[in-house]
Order: sequence, then structure tokens, then C-alpha cells
Amino acid sequence: MERQRMNLMLCGGTGCIASGSLKIKDALETELRKHNLQEEIVITLTGCNGFCAEGPLMIVHPEEIFYEKLKPEDIPHLVEEHFIKGRPVEKLMYKEPQKRSTVPSMNEIPFFKYQVLRALRNKGLIDPEKIDDYIARDGYMAAAKALLEMTPEDIIKEMKDSGLRGRGGAGFPTGLKWELCHMAKGDQKYILCNGDEGDPGAFMDRSIMEADPHVVLEGMIIGARAIGASKGYIYVRAEYPLAVSRLQLAIDQAKEYGLLGENILNSGFSLDIEIYQGAGAFVCGEETALMRSLEGKRGMPIPRPPFPVNKGLWGKPTVLNNVETYANIPQIILNGASWYRSLGTEKSTGTKVFALTGAINNIGLIEVPMGIPLRTIIYDIGGGIKKGRKFKAVQLGGPSGGCIPESLLDTPVTYEDIVKTGAIVGSGGMVVMDDYNCMVNVARFFLGFTADESCGKCPPCRIGTRVMLDKLIDITEGRGQPGDIELLEDLSQEIIKTSLCGLGQTAPNPILSTIRYFRDEYESHIHDKWCKAGVCRELSTFYIDEEACKGCTVCARNCPKGCITGEKKKPHFIDQSECIKCRTCYEKCKFGAVKVGPRDMFAKDEEKEVLSK
Amino acid sequence: MPKLTVEDLKKIKEEYRAKAALREGKHRVKVTVHMGTCGLAAGAREIMNVILDEIGKRDLNDVVITTSGCAGLCSREPMITVQVLDDPPVKYCDLNEEKTRKIVEEHIAGGRPVEGLALVQGCETSY
Repeated sequence: MERQRMNLMLCGGTGCIASGSLKIKDALETELRKHNLQEEIVITLTGCNGFCAEGPLMIVHPEEIFYEKLKPEDIPHLVEEHFIKGRPVEKLMYKEPQKRSTVPSMNEIPFFKYQVLRALRNKGLIDPEKIDDYIARDGYMAAAKALLEMTPEDIIKEMKDSGLRGRGGAGFPTGLKWELCHMAKGDQKYILCNGDEGDPGAFMDRSIMEADPHVVLEGMIIGARAIGASKGYIYVRAEYPLAVSRLQLAIDQAKEYGLLGENILNSGFSLDIEIYQGAGAFVCGEETALMRSLEGKRGMPIPRPPFPVNKGLWGKPTVLNNVETYANIPQIILNGASWYRSLGTEKSTGTKVFALTGAINNIGLIEVPMGIPLRTIIYDIGGGIKKGRKFKAVQLGGPSGGCIPESLLDTPVTYEDIVKTGAIVGSGGMVVMDDYNCMVNVARFFLGFTADESCGKCPPCRIGTRVMLDKLIDITEGRGQPGDIELLEDLSQEIIKTSLCGLGQTAPNPILSTIRYFRDEYESHIHDKWCKAGVCRELSTFYIDEEACKGCTVCARNCPKGCITGEKKKPHFIDQSECIKCRTCYEKCKFGAVKVGPRDMFAKDEEKEVLSK
Repeated sequence: MPKLTVEDLKKIKEEYRAKAALREGKHRVKVTVHMGTCGLAAGAREIMNVILDEIGKRDLNDVVITTSGCAGLCSREPMITVQVLDDPPVKYCDLNEEKTRKIVEEHIAGGRPVEGLALVQGCETSY
């Protein structure tokens, strides 16, 4: 048996592939062959490691040295120094922001240190395209236990005891869903997986499907056994080509091994799984719409009840769970419900995966125990706000969620506590915003998304989101009227009450939560025609504070219109008639001398009258 | 391919685990081959091949092999350091193929340091 001494785990997630990890792979292969090391040093292309902002990433085992931002031209030096002479290359290692010191080992990097991996336990440790890699890490042992040693009732009890709640957003108890479907009568039942991840900024499910596709299949086998389904579908959006191809490969391998198909592991239980590619409509993440889409119809929701556990796909009892939910299941079956409950809180057990993005230093995919304070996620794991700016809000739950302000940063991340703030845990998108963000504009962005994605079936959502969006556009462009805030609040309540599905029922959340915590911003937009963050062009005037200006000329050199003038070491001046409000000077100034004033700051009195009309 | 049983599944797991041992960070013995310029000139590459060969032949799954640079004692290369878990590391010097095979047999596989070949206990710190 040939012996290897080193294993290079190169990240092959979508993020790292985009930043060039396949070129790194080629360079490594060439260089290893040159030194005749290809036998003793193996390269494994893994799924997403999570620390996407630092890609392409590579972890070198056995020492677990973490390399980041690799370039093909680094490779010859790396092979020679580290792989031959055993001297890890410091300049390719992670450096903590604001500190000069390098951190060689992955688990000492704060981004990884606070995480607990359960759903992502195999990320970066297996080759997602090799079923044997998965089996080596206890893969399919939970399915074997569920099929050979447990009755469906046992499985359901274990799931209920574990307290696992649906990770897709609504947080419905998984065990209860299975029990309801188990009890439903039907000659044919279906088990479905929801991989239709559509929230802006969210990539949890994609990463799981790419990094560990077999765990999804295993979770589905266990669920199918519990409810008595013989056919399963994974609904993935076609925009996730890598996830689709790895899942398909996983299904083929599992079939070849007899882990899918007839009489799995001689248990007498049979299950077939197919992939169905969705066309990327946001509403198809809603369960009834997803099932219509699977049936080949237009993806539109239908009223519930009847619930899908009784009448789902093709009118048959159906269970639909999210990708991340399935990824938790094999571990619960193997280690037991009480092990699962050992993390998290009474009502929100276990861990949750989040996609951390926005104005934060460490962008990436994280898994944390439920109940962890938001502050720990943002400042310890996330490494704080980029460029030392001030935190303003964190957006949770995407277009269905809301913004949480600084004052509530100690809120523990649980389904109950987050709902109290007006946001939702949702599927796990977490967008951090700094003081350069305008909250009215953020609400407008999300409403723009939901208004576009509304399927149009029910008027409250179709017309309501459009009316709210128009109102928000008016406010951000200077046409806001007194009473607009109250109107938005009223409309929101009506849309929540009367919409057919979750899309409409949650669409007003971004507006309500920004009004709740940042009402002053709405008021200054409407009454003072002033966007204090300088985002809404029509409502801001950029000017230079003469006292604060050091005359460093950075603003003048970067101004695309060349409308900033001033001598070196003397205060500069912006020519308002030429300014296009691109914010460049505001963002470039190191002394905070560029300020944002209201729209009418320099307008003469008679102009003000015209403008206000 | 015939369908798997649970026993097959366990077998695959055991076989594959050996290969994956490198990634799991669990090992009984760590062997460091000093492969600085001096070590390489003195034949460290050949020593590495011998170790890989012996360990492969003996199917030792709990040994990790790493490299390090010059240990500072260039005149006594090729050198290796063998550390059995919970024991102090032992450095061997002036190695050739025969000595190396003996070290694999007695120390790495057997767990008993080869006293006649050992230079010293201890290892320079690296990552």
C-alpha cells in the first residue's frame, strides 16, 4: 500500500474556485511532479471551508497549517520550503486584522475557534466526490442504525427528543413533522429536500451540498424510513451547478453501493432519490410552491390546510426539510437526542449555520451553538467591523427578516429571542452593516427583492409590496410626506394578516424593524430631506469641514469629476454644482472632514421653497 | 458491484480511515525527517523513501511523517526525530538505509528507542 505523508486539503467550494483554487491545484500538481512527490503528498479538493473571504484556502495535514489567498506563483516556493524542507511559509498564513502576527494553525484562528461543527462536521475534511471519504467519517452508519435497529417510532421519538427545529427558517419541530406524516394514511409518501436557497447573501445550504453531499442523502434515508416514503426529490436551484453535480455524483455512488435503491443494507427498505432543478424563483422555497414546481406546474403556493404532511406532492403525504436540517440528522441518530441537546437552549437546541457577510472582517460560513450572543459572532468570529468603522445593524433572515441594532447585540441567537427583536433566525443569512449604510435604503433594497419575487397570486403581496416599495422609493428620493411612516406601518400589518404564504407574510419585516429601531432616519429623510449616511443621493450634500480638513489632497485626487479644489495643507472645497454625490471623497477621507449635510444645505431661500413643493 | 451490508460498510470505514488518519490529527508516532539543504545533500530524500516504504510494508496506520529544516547539526545528517506519543522525542543521526530500517522496526513499530543509534532526546521547536 503506497504511503502518504502529507495531505493538502485545498478548498474547492464555489467561493474558492471563483478566487482561483483550480489554478492552485494545477500549479501544485505540476510542482509536486517536478520534485517527484506526487505519490507521498496527496491533494484533496474539499467542499467549502467557510472562510471564503480569505480564499483560495488550503490546509496542510498533518500539521494543520492554514494557508490563505494563494496564488499560482506562490506554489514553487511553498513546495520547496514547506513540503520538502519542512519550513511552513509564514507569508502565506493568516494574519489577524490590525495585528502583524501570523496564525499558523487553523484552530487557533478566532474565526474557527468559537465554532462548533455538527452540520458542517465534514467540511474541509473529506473529498465530497468520494463516498469512501464520507464512510470513513461514520458515513451511512446512522442510516444503518435507523434501518436495522430502529423502528420508525424510535426514530421519530429520538428526533422529537432532540428538539431539532427546521433550519430553513420557520423553525418547525422536525420530529413532529415526521410524526404527522408517519401517521398520515397513503399508499405513496414522499421525502423532499429543500435546496432552494434564495435569500440575498445566504449560502449555507449550497456549502453543505457542495462539501458533504452524502450527509443530505443519509438524512433523507433516515427521514424516509421514519415516515415510510419510498421516493425522494432534492429540489436545488439550477444556479448551483457545483451542488447539483456533486449531489448527482453522490446519488450515483450511493446507488452503486446499494445505499439507495432496493433493499438498502438488506433491511427490506427501499428508497430512490432524484434531483429536480428549480429555475430560481424565490417563492419556490415556500413548501407548497416548491411542490407545485416539482409537479411541473407553475411555482405558486396554495392555501394550507391541508398541510403537505397529509396532502403534499401529487396530493400524497410529504415531508419537506431543509438541507441543513438533514445534515444534522445522522449525528442525532448516532449520538442520541441528549447529546444533541447538550448544546443550545431549552427551545432552540443544537447548532446553527450562518452565512456571515457585509461590513465585517471575516466573511464566511460559520456554525455556532444556539444561544450564542450576536456580539460574539460579530466581534470574535467575525473579527469586528471592516476598517474600524462603527457597527450599525445586523440583518438576519434576509427579505423575511429584520435589522437588529447595537443596543440588542447581546441577544442570544435562538428562535424565540431573535423573533422578539422583530427579525427572524431564518435560514441563516447574517448581513452586517456599518454606519455608512442608510437603513431606509436597506428596507428599500429588500422590498425591491420581495416585490420582484412575489409570484402574483394573492393581491396583498402582489400589490402591497409594490405600493410599499414605491413609497420607500419616494422617501429615499425626497418625495416623502408626513404620515408616510404610519402608512407603511398600517400597510405592513394588513399584508402580514392577509397574504397567502410566507413570502407576503414576512415581506414587511425589513420595513417594520427598520422603523422600529431607526425611525429617526425615516423622519430625517421625510422632514429634513437629509440622508445622514450619504447613501440616498437626492438627500445628501457632501461638504468639507474646514476645521477638520488637513489639506492632504486625497479627496481632490480621487474625485472623478475633479470638482474638489484646494492647496496642499489648506482646507479643500467641493464645488456643489459639479458634485455627482458618488461618496468617493466621503469614503476616502481619513480625517472625517467630508461631512454629509441635508439636500437643501446650500440652497437659497427661494430655491428651498420650490424644492419643498 | 454487489450491494453492501453493514459489515462491508464497517470494512470500508476501517480501510479508509487509515488513509484519512493524516487529516484526523490522531497518531501514535510522529517521525520528522530533517530535510534542510544539508540533510538533502547527505541523502535525507533516500531516508524518507525508506521510511515510507517500511511503513507502507508494515501497514502502520498510526504514524505521521513530516519534514523539517536543518536542525543545526549539519555534519551528522541525515537525521530523523522519532516521537512516540507521551514519550520524549529521540533524534537519530548519521543514518543510512540499514539503520533506518532498524529504527522503523524497533522504535517506530516496536516502541523501543534504538539506543546505539540515538543521538539525543529532544527536538527543536517548530510549528
